[in-house]
Amino acid sequence: MFSFAPTIVLFPLLGFLFLGLFGARLRNEKLIGILGSGTVGLSFLVAVALFIHMLGLEPDQRKGIVELFSWIGTFTGTASSVNVSVAYQVDQLSILMTLVVTGVGFLIHVYSIGYMHGDPGFWRFFTYLNLFIFAMLNLVLADNFLLMFLGWEGVGLCSYLLIGFWYDRKFDVGGYAPGKAWTNDAAKKAFIVNRIGDFGFLLAMFLIVVQFESLSFDAVFGRVSVMTPGSDVMIWITLLLFLGATGKSAQIPLFVWLPDAMAGPTPVSALIHAATMVTAGVYMVARCSILFALAPATLQVVAVIGALTAIMAATIGLVQNDIKKVLAYSTVSQLGYMFLAMGVAAFTAGIFHVVTHAFFKALLFLGSGAVIHGMHDEQDIQKMGGLKKYLPVTYKTFLIGAIAIAGIPPFAGFFSKDEILWKAFSSDQGSVLLWAIAAAGAGVTAFYMFRLVILTFEGKERFDHHHAHPHEAPKTMTVPLIVLAFLSVVGGFIGVPESLMGGNALEHWLEPIFAPAMTTLRATPHHGGITEYLLMALSVGIAVAGIYGARTVYMKRQELADAWRSKYRRTYQVLWNKYYVDEAYDTLFVRSTVKASETVLWRGLDVSVIDWLVNASAQGVAWLSSKVRLIQTGFAQRYATIFVGGIVLVLFWLMFK
Amino acid sequence: MEITISDLWQSAPMVSLTLTGLVALLVESMKGGRTTAVYGLSLAGCALAFVFSLWSLGSEVIVFNGMILQGGYASYFSMVFTSSAFFTIVLSRPYMQRLHREQGVLYILILFATVGMMLMASAMDLIILFLGIELMSVCLYVLTGFVRTKVTSNESAVKYFLLGAFATGFLLYGIALVYGTAGTTNLKLISQSFAQLSGNSLFLMGAGLLVIAFSFKVAAVPFHMWAPDVYEGAPTPVTAFMSTGAKAAAFAAFVTVFIRTFAITGTPISEVVAFIAAASMILGNVTAIAQSNLKRMLAYSSIAHAGYMLSGIAAGSAEGETGILFYLAAYTLMNMGAFGIISWVEQQDDTKLTFDDYAGFSAQRPVVAAMLSVFMFSLAGIPPFAGFFGKYYVFLAAVKADLVWLAVIGVLTSVISVYYYLRLVMVMYFRDGNATIEERVPGFAFAVIGVIAALVILLGLYPSLVVDISKTFFKL
Repeated sequence: MFSFAPTIVLFPLLGFLFLGLFGARLRNEKLIGILGSGTVGLSFLVAVALFIHMLGLEPDQRKGIVELFSWIGTFTGTASSVNVSVAYQVDQLSILMTLVVTGVGFLIHVYSIGYMHGDPGFWRFFTYLNLFIFAMLNLVLADNFLLMFLGWEGVGLCSYLLIGFWYDRKFDVGGYAPGKAWTNDAAKKAFIVNRIGDFGFLLAMFLIVVQFESLSFDAVFGRVSVMTPGSDVMIWITLLLFLGATGKSAQIPLFVWLPDAMAGPTPVSALIHAATMVTAGVYMVARCSILFALAPATLQVVAVIGALTAIMAATIGLVQNDIKKVLAYSTVSQLGYMFLAMGVAAFTAGIFHVVTHAFFKALLFLGSGAVIHGMHDEQDIQKMGGLKKYLPVTYKTFLIGAIAIAGIPPFAGFFSKDEILWKAFSSDQGSVLLWAIAAAGAGVTAFYMFRLVILTFEGKERFDHHHAHPHEAPKTMTVPLIVLAFLSVVGGFIGVPESLMGGNALEHWLEPIFAPAMTTLRATPHHGGITEYLLMALSVGIAVAGIYGARTVYMKRQELADAWRSKYRRTYQVLWNKYYVDEAYDTLFVRSTVKASETVLWRGLDVSVIDWLVNASAQGVAWLSSKVRLIQTGFAQRYATIFVGGIVLVLFWLMFK
Repeated sequence: MEITISDLWQSAPMVSLTLTGLVALLVESMKGGRTTAVYGLSLAGCALAFVFSLWSLGSEVIVFNGMILQGGYASYFSMVFTSSAFFTIVLSRPYMQRLHREQGVLYILILFATVGMMLMASAMDLIILFLGIELMSVCLYVLTGFVRTKVTSNESAVKYFLLGAFATGFLLYGIALVYGTAGTTNLKLISQSFAQLSGNSLFLMGAGLLVIAFSFKVAAVPFHMWAPDVYEGAPTPVTAFMSTGAKAAAFAAFVTVFIRTFAITGTPISEVVAFIAAASMILGNVTAIAQSNLKRMLAYSSIAHAGYMLSGIAAGSAEGETGILFYLAAYTLMNMGAFGIISWVEQQDDTKLTFDDYAGFSAQRPVVAAMLSVFMFSLAGIPPFAGFFGKYYVFLAAVKADLVWLAVIGVLTSVISVYYYLRLVMVMYFRDGNATIEERVPGFAFAVIGVIAALVILLGLYPSLVVDISKTFFKL
């Protein structure tokens, strides 16, 4: 059964090749849409079949590696050489990610048929989406670091292509520069910021090769047991891997690209920049949990960065007015929670949140897409309001998503977020401080989400009726919304903790994956009894307070919002300008790099040294070339003479050496 | 000394191709003999021999009283030779028809030359090796001068013949010296006593002369002088055949004698080969820059490629051998593809062969231009095309054999080569013009080149396809 695994990867590849080669000639949106979604749907079906098959196996049998071919092969007799195969590993973790990627991916593909209707680049869009799914599946199913890196770079490329999909359009930068920038600039920003992270990933791979002489997960994780916990090399490997993760998953200090990435079409934001690609960093840390377990210092870093990102992004989300920007910061913040989970060695909880977040955040983004679609490309929530009567389905599903992310039981977000909060409090790596930051972030989350819901759907209609005629989205868009809303309601039941009479199926499912790490950390499960219930009640209370606060401020006493804005002007400015991180990077790195590149590297080094060297050597070679060719006279006698000269030299060397 | 049926059966690739050649000769000489029939017969013969080779790829056997090796190594090379012959025959037909010189005997000569190549790759005895070299060379001399009405064709044939005969003399002399010191021409026996023989200066001299003779056949500096003139003067499909099949055959002999028989690592022979490799890489690449004629450019490029592959011989290791085997497969494909497309563009009067004649080609013939670009990128050794892994493997072998300096020269000269390969791509894509293919290209030839391009990409993405094949007969 495991041998079917490569077909999961194959279908989107075929879809990409077919649409890429012939898509431009098809001129039939329906056909392109069906082909593009169908390939992902097929992958999903195979993944489901595989999953059901695995359910029937003993836990230690639920792993299969399918080697397709040796990719960078080496020769016999040189065991020390690194041998990398194109091989896929199906286990409890990768099948879970595959189900999410293909399942949510399929829904978003279907949604895109409606959303991208009439776009001249319709076929191109589905080509890129299929390529993305192919790369993402390589990332999660790879059995070695290099293939994972191929997928890692592949999704980065697709992200770049799709952010700049409408390359002839401009988008609102927001914050410090109220002007407009080309979507291309956002794409480039995403790509370049990610390069910094990727560089970390590459260095980590080099270290792994040097240390373990292999890149396959099995070999590396098998050989890792000889390492002393906390050794320098483990700390470096894990820190560099985490640097890679901060790039892909938009954490401090590399989160700045994600809000700008919203310049892309909304299905892209939902698929790549919320549900799947940005969780790749979390997946990578989870996959390498044993490495991180051997570097407790890195785990601390991960936890702190995660908690700080969670609260920082959430506070920025409080004041943004672009519907997608709010969701973008919310994504950054939620990813922070996932890393917090990783950092406190609650790997299962982190993956749990990846899954539930994929449901409700995809739902929220797609809902925002339906709003934007219905409002003719308007994204400013200050110019909306009262939309619930025009977009009833969108409203209801969006509300479900908001409740889920706010953490109200029994919606999906509650269980995963609460598990993270509890582990941040109770685990050996956690602390009260980490819990407090995360809990505060949860309150802020509930507040900004309901601010978003209220400003968009409730209250007075603030849009201009002459320009905007809000209308509900077509079936291809609303059906995915309904499915995702359903998942956002029930998705949490896969991981109901034992304290709530649940079986915590997910934890048992993933246990074999994280067992080595947990053993290394000597982690013992903490059953907190009354404390756990207290904290749970407290976090629900915080969420309810956040929602109530938002309702008070934005529905009942709207003057409060303006009053606070002028009263806490300074704070508001800082938040509005996103803590000036973009400005700081701009001054510190971007401008100085540009300047140094221009004066030192370009004029100084490139033009006067390298160009000179290159030109001089090129001229030298050309001169030599023009002389050498003269030897070729065309006379056979001459050739024979040179031949004899060669013979003399060879024999001379052999005789007298 | 008797020949058994089993011997013949084990040598099916060679025997079947010889028989095909003989039958084709009969068909050709029959009254009203149709060249089309000979053409079809020759293609079928190549395909059959290819299938036989593929079938016997598994294990190596020694037949004909220890004279000939079949299966494994020999089969791998037979596959390379028969593919090269197949492509050459396909490309020759439209080329010769345009010149009104199509004769069935052309195809028959190609078949017999291929049999000679197979003998070279399967020789377990120096005499058989000599036989193979001569069979191949005589056919090639005739093929070079096949277009009798053209002066350049005749001139190059005579030059090739003169210098080839010259080289043959040294080859025989080398064999004689080896025989004189070792007391046998059987390679297996020589390999058993190589340790004692390597101190004998007469034996070393014999080995040196063999290096020289083989270097002549692979067109390595300073025994390369014939190559540019002959490559330019010969009909283009024949040039393609010489630069792929014949070169592969000479390398087969090189590997048989200097890696599989002699243990040359660390001996002066290895040093000599390394010098020849370095000189070929430098001179080939540097001179190629100055060429304006594409056939001459590719001639110098083929000298450079001989240099890259000789790095693997100088390494003298199993890695060097697999590296060369992969390289030859990749090189045969990409060079055949490049010459094939050039043969479509060139005109009867030897015009349309310069870089400038390709200005704007991408706009007129986008698919062909894309394929030619694939071949150029691959020749330059840029991933993900087959040429990259070829270079990677031979340079890796050189590094592991402590010939780091040779690998450094290889990489640096590869950089030089990028200039002239990509110059063609640049001209096709970025210069305005209306270069195109004047005559209609037969669909079959077009498809064949398409398949070659696909294989060049496939081998670049999935190099272990060939490496695995070439590994199989190491487990002997």
